[in-house]
Amino acid sequence: MYRYVVTRLLLAIPTLVGAAALVFVLMRLIPGDVCLIRLGMGSHGNPAAMEACRQALGLNNPLIVQFLDFLGSYFTFDFGTSMWSGRPVAVEIGTRLPVSLQIALMATVIAVLIAIPLGTISALKENTWLDHIVRMVAIAGIATPSFWLGIMSLVLVLDITYLATGKAWMPPIDYVPFWQDPLRNLSIVLLPAITVGYRYSAVTMRMTRSAMLEVMREDYIRTARSKGLVEQIIVNRHALKNALLPVVTLIGIEFAFLIGGLVVTEQVFNLNGIGRLFVQSVQNQDNVMTQALTMLVVAVFVLTNLVVDLLYAWLDPRIRYS
Amino acid sequence: MTITVPNRAAAAPIDEALDRKRSPLDVALHFVKRQPLGTFGLVIVVVMFLAGALAPWIAPFDPEENDFNAMMEAPNLIHWLGTDQLGRDIFSRLVFGARTALIVGFSSAVLGGVIGLVMGVASAYFGGWFDLIFQRVLDVLMAFPLIILALAVVAVFGTGVFNVIIAITIPLVPRCGRVVRASALAVREVPYVDAARALGFSHTRIVLRHMVPNVIAPFLILLSAFVGQAILAEASLSYLGLGVQEPVPAWGLMLQGGAEEYATTAPWIAVFPGVAIMLTVLGISLFGDALRDAIDPKLRDR
Repeated sequence: MYRYVVTRLLLAIPTLVGAAALVFVLMRLIPGDVCLIRLGMGSHGNPAAMEACRQALGLNNPLIVQFLDFLGSYFTFDFGTSMWSGRPVAVEIGTRLPVSLQIALMATVIAVLIAIPLGTISALKENTWLDHIVRMVAIAGIATPSFWLGIMSLVLVLDITYLATGKAWMPPIDYVPFWQDPLRNLSIVLLPAITVGYRYSAVTMRMTRSAMLEVMREDYIRTARSKGLVEQIIVNRHALKNALLPVVTLIGIEFAFLIGGLVVTEQVFNLNGIGRLFVQSVQNQDNVMTQALTMLVVAVFVLTNLVVDLLYAWLDPRIRYS
Repeated sequence: MTITVPNRAAAAPIDEALDRKRSPLDVALHFVKRQPLGTFGLVIVVVMFLAGALAPWIAPFDPEENDFNAMMEAPNLIHWLGTDQLGRDIFSRLVFGARTALIVGFSSAVLGGVIGLVMGVASAYFGGWFDLIFQRVLDVLMAFPLIILALAVVAVFGTGVFNVIIAITIPLVPRCGRVVRASALAVREVPYVDAARALGFSHTRIVLRHMVPNVIAPFLILLSAFVGQAILAEASLSYLGLGVQEPVPAWGLMLQGGAEEYATTAPWIAVFPGVAIMLTVLGISLFGDALRDAIDPKLRDR
């Protein structure tokens, strides 16, 4: 077990280095650089200032030196300073991560709470009207662009508050942690979490349903029935526990994607999360920031996958990693 | 005591049905009967295709023409779905937008799918260090979220329909490669592949003629999901201003400009493009589900 975790962590290194190389090359391929954007396009006329800026940010170093600097600094947990704002990358990300993380976590909770009961019922009542409704809800969730759902829900909130109080109300956009002002915090993150969570639950619901259908046809379910167990116990203890295996994988992978995939949602709700930061840093050609964010997203992905695999072994004793 | 002779006449239709080869029409009718939802999905997709293909003849107005005398008009008899904040006919823009959505959706799905298919099968067939390196490359590409990879590609190559297709294709490759590799690993062990190798067929021939056809079922299922994902990705990119650019009509783009701003006074600007995206992806998903059931009987009713 211990060996397995260590092996997996070691295997993550080539992935991380590969991702680092990919983002490094991609960023260098974009024409222009941060100095050109920072000093304005007109500063072509001021080569001295441009030169000084490039020199200060290390953009004049050979590419291989820049890449090794980038990799080397990560081994000492020094993530550098943003080329755009001049503030430490860790601080910039630290102030924005909580919003994205909270939305991602809440969306996951919402998705699980909706998807697992509905997916299970849908499978147990296969081909009844209930099953058809659940399947339609799920497939609609996959088909609906979450950013459009976000726009629609914002409009709905605006209209309802306008009709009810005569004054349109918009969720605030400046993030406050939950423990400081729970009400304000929830009014910011609830709508985005629901719009993202719906899509997420749709995917999970379909997976739960198909896994349940498969498990319910297994021999051990027939055995459980024939020894006279109550249906509820069969479902909860025998079927669900086995059916949840692929579902757990899916939830993990979707969560990992969410961390970097909130870009559009944050745009719709005007939230200052890491998705927004990502777009801004690419557009500002802030290489240091973009690299740091990419490494963060990739690291979360790799770690989540590891946790999922370990959970797998815990849920299914037949699986033993060595 | 009389012996009842089986009635040949009564059995005839069954024999006939068994003997007759199933014509494409029969297959189609069978599909329609067994998969009403899938047929519904197919109808939506076909309608969208026709709308896109025949856009210049269907659209009552020029999608890029501004009519400043008719800005933000509610749906009426002249402008069936109303006009946007620049006085452009929303129905006409939707019809032309179908073109953009379907071109981007299908091209990136097919491109990403086929590259992933060949690479996945090759990886499983050759195994060894090739497979190991391939796996690590897929890991890296998988960990890169779709939208962020697209963001970088668009930043490098610029915006426009063709670049959007590239941007959406790249992240689809590893997703397809993974699934195909898993199926291909099982196929590699079957005797006919060994036989083909023993006969001295070239690697290319074995991969393309013997292995690829046998992983085509999971591949087709994946492909239908990819088309939907690609259309959604195009809409998101265009909405972020990183995809198709004005004045080309694209559904995501239509939601970008005034959609939020005028959402209370002119909700039709935001509602209809979203409905168009949803219907199209819904149609493709329904058809894809039905296709999966029809192709692979083992997966039926899932």
